[in-house]
Amino acid sequence: MAKLVSVEEAVGLIKDGNTVMIGGFMGCGNPHKVIDALVKKGTKNLTVLCNDGAWPEFGVAKLITSGQVKKLIATHVGLNPEVGKKMNTGELQVELLPQGTFTERIRCGGNGMGGFLTQTGFGTIIADGKQVLSIDGKDYLLELPLKADVALICGNKIDRKGNVWYKGTTRNFNVVMATAADIVIAEADNVVELGEIEPENVVTQGIFVDYIVDGGNA
Amino acid sequence: MEDVKGFIAARVAEELKDGDVVSLGIGLPTQVENYLPEGVVITLLSENGIVGAGAKPSADDASSYVVDAGGQPASILIGGSFVDSAVSFGIIRGGHVDVSVLGALEVDEEGNLSNWIIPGKKFPGMGGAMDLVIGAKKVIIAMEHTNKGTPKILKKCTLPFTAVKAVDMIVTEMGLMVVTDKGIELLEYNPEFTLEQIQAATEAQLIISPNLKKMAAGQ
Repeated sequence: MAKLVSVEEAVGLIKDGNTVMIGGFMGCGNPHKVIDALVKKGTKNLTVLCNDGAWPEFGVAKLITSGQVKKLIATHVGLNPEVGKKMNTGELQVELLPQGTFTERIRCGGNGMGGFLTQTGFGTIIADGKQVLSIDGKDYLLELPLKADVALICGNKIDRKGNVWYKGTTRNFNVVMATAADIVIAEADNVVELGEIEPENVVTQGIFVDYIVDGGNA
Repeated sequence: MEDVKGFIAARVAEELKDGDVVSLGIGLPTQVENYLPEGVVITLLSENGIVGAGAKPSADDASSYVVDAGGQPASILIGGSFVDSAVSFGIIRGGHVDVSVLGALEVDEEGNLSNWIIPGKKFPGMGGAMDLVIGAKKVIIAMEHTNKGTPKILKKCTLPFTAVKAVDMIVTEMGLMVVTDKGIELLEYNPEFTLEQIQAATEAQLIISPNLKKMAAGQ
């Protein structure tokens, strides 16, 4: 069962050199309080999987600015100039993946699948070194699963069992990332009582969540 | 022409049919929504998680919880729904998007598209573009015909591909073109330009349609 911990305890679980998935899209659905605490703690040499680099000084961008990220695996980094600067100085490695491939590889990682086949990226530099399989006359790339040591996700309502309900467009990558890491830390905008999220409305089941941090937005 | 982008967007809008599921890229393609013909209602997909996105909200109505694929405040229409990224890209790769409208750095006569990286200069990333152009039933490139005079419609793209043989149609301020097995065919031209001027702004050899028409956006 998910355990409610302080934000300091939560970021203490992340070690130097860890691979960390961070949910969110341009900061929307980033676990902002956990990120702030991780910046304060200064954990280094992280490999971060996050869709984007957000905007300067917002969400995941703070970890990039602080120099704690060694490698960023993302789909789009064009709206945070800091990413380009750090790439040019060699401080940051960036690997770009198509967004659907990024998501589905993480889904594979969390769903016990050995990979998936997609036409996305065929004939482009994304295909370099990848196995191509021809099925019914169409060429597909074999894309392999992605997993992490820790996933940092964010939900609007999280109950004491770790069941998550997301508001608006914040579901994005949080849903797949919650399944694909050894340790899953979920920041709750609001920690709620059991039953407050109707069973039909639970999006991420509490069995995926190890630790809950109260974001204190209630 | 005063409003080049609006002119292009208006012509693209004429291609959309009532009931289409549509994805509009950042920038010029976003404007297509403003020119939908009367009676045409589309379902707008925002690949970060909205099926049935609405108009840009006023500052008062904007919520930090609802953004579009550019990270800007967005809205959702009644009857719309929020999806996670795995579902969103299942919709996209699965062929459930009727039309994807995007910009391009380069497009060539085989329908190859380059729009995500300029090696050594710009490294923004592909975001959802590689999936959209592979998955959508129809891919329309909406862009200015040249980059300040330098052709963008080429014999062969010079920049890394976003996708190969993926583009169906190109709409610019000069004309409307389709990609065929034989090359790029000009179906409509803007009478503000001569055919010679249009060809001069295009590196690929244009095939002039036997049924060539004047471009009639928004009329």
